[in-house]
Amino acid sequence: MKKSSFWYRAYHLYYDGFRQMTLGRTLWLIIGIKLFIIFIILKLFFFPDFIGQNAEKGREAEFVAKEVAARTP
Amino acid sequence: MNLLTIDLAAIDWARAQFALTAIYHWLFVPLTLGLGLIMSVMETKYYRTGDSFWRQTAQFWQRLFGINFAMGVATGIILEFEFGTNWSNYSWFVGDIFGAPLAIEGIVAFFMESTFVAVMFFGWEKVSRGFHLASTWLTWLGATISAWWILVANSWMQYPVGCEFNPDTMRNEMTSFFDVALSPFAIDKFCHTVISSWIVGAVFVVAVSSWYLLKRREAEREMALKSIRIAAFVGLIASVLAGATGHKSAQTVAAVQPMKLAAMEALYDGGTAQGLKLVEGIEVPYALSFMATNDFDGFVPGINDILKGYTRADGTVEPSAQEKMNRGRLAIAALQNYRRDAADEKDFLAGKAPDMNFTARKEEQLAILKDNIQYLGYGFIKDEVELVPPVAVNFWAFRVMVGFGGLFILFFVVLLAAIYRFPKALWKDHDIAALPAWHYWLAIILVPCAYICSESGWLVAEFGRQPWTIQDMLPISASVSNIGSAAVATTFWLFLVLFTALLAVEINIMLKQIKKGITNK
Repeated sequence: MKKSSFWYRAYHLYYDGFRQMTLGRTLWLIIGIKLFIIFIILKLFFFPDFIGQNAEKGREAEFVAKEVAARTP
Repeated sequence: MNLLTIDLAAIDWARAQFALTAIYHWLFVPLTLGLGLIMSVMETKYYRTGDSFWRQTAQFWQRLFGINFAMGVATGIILEFEFGTNWSNYSWFVGDIFGAPLAIEGIVAFFMESTFVAVMFFGWEKVSRGFHLASTWLTWLGATISAWWILVANSWMQYPVGCEFNPDTMRNEMTSFFDVALSPFAIDKFCHTVISSWIVGAVFVVAVSSWYLLKRREAEREMALKSIRIAAFVGLIASVLAGATGHKSAQTVAAVQPMKLAAMEALYDGGTAQGLKLVEGIEVPYALSFMATNDFDGFVPGINDILKGYTRADGTVEPSAQEKMNRGRLAIAALQNYRRDAADEKDFLAGKAPDMNFTARKEEQLAILKDNIQYLGYGFIKDEVELVPPVAVNFWAFRVMVGFGGLFILFFVVLLAAIYRFPKALWKDHDIAALPAWHYWLAIILVPCAYICSESGWLVAEFGRQPWTIQDMLPISASVSNIGSAAVATTFWLFLVLFTALLAVEINIMLKQIKKGITNK
């Protein structure tokens, strides 16, 4: 890849930028931990897709209709 | 009552959890929008003058922007998790409408912000000054556009337009993307919310700069003084515009959510020429009528009027709550009958049941449903009292928001007067760089006030629309999933710990960075 090409310069921007980070390292570490907690721990263990888990595939509308009907006075 | 088949405590926990997540998320967003604007102005100064002072100044504020930006990343995504788990009926109901704005938001946020943020932080020595400036502005613009789509989704819940309910899929389907994206409610909300976020940014910049002046930090003295000047202009313009857009928002609310406005004013019996209460017992004559209708004699309905039904200025009649509830029940019954006939028709087509003229029966039910669909949500309401939002919260949150808004206008006017020493006689013995300490402390104390003001706006918006998750269409009792309260309570506490930790980390890193100052050593 030529050093003057757009892709090389774009790659270099990120490569150098990440290499020379100081405060950024701490921030990226926090972002990483946060994303792990949000997408791995919270999403997988605490936030299931309620309809996906409780309704038959393709019959979600029927499930919601029943759920909603059950809330009428 | 069928509602007893679900865990009622789960409704409260799910609401509390959503409120907690949204409030914490909103701690990060306004500073991103406000500080983003100010740092872009500073870099523009560098671009125009070539003076390295402005480059250093822009870099300093960009570092603080970066800390806040990093802390806020993905905190909003948790709201979407909550939709799927705690609010599954609601989530299904709105899926088609929310899909487009949230997908656009995700794509714009990811590509625009991540690309230009990288250039902004890594590109000082690698790209031209013009390209770097463009990247900084585009970082701010990307964040603002992201906010637009989120606010479009929220506005649709408050004023559902551009859609049609499909009884076969049990979903609202978009009929006009532009009606959803450019609804008057969305435009008002966007302008008011984003502009008021600039105030948070301006107050933050003034406060940090004041701290340097308070500490007599010579290295930061010039930066502090010049930053205060820019922030004061941004803050004053934003405060005045927030007032103007707030006035416009109030008119939209008066038109489409009159109950919210009545709750904001604790107005039980409305009428013409209504005064605006400063506090209970003291009011500004005619001001509420003007705020709601742009007419000092305009009619503003109170809570009791809305429950009993009333006639608008144009002669149209707003039905009583009881009539709406009756029509809502008709709509729900027609929906159920339609779906039962549709299921029977399927059996008939499969040769499992005799023909009962299903097509005509479905059309008949569909006609009843269409006639009453605008009151569908009222069919889930047991008692009309449920239709009244928490009045005290709305009343005081509105006053806190407007009160601080007025205070900020005054603050920025006085600040600019001090900067430009106008009138000279008043300021001749005062140098803004050497004021008594309490002046600087006052500016610092305004930071939490700006956040309280911003959050209060959301309290008004969200408490005021209770009991609806989608205005008039779906109340919270029908939106929530049939889940146990213990599960939601667990995640509530989990979030409280997680977000509080994040906030503590942000404040800690931010303070360290501020102490390091412009030289970053």
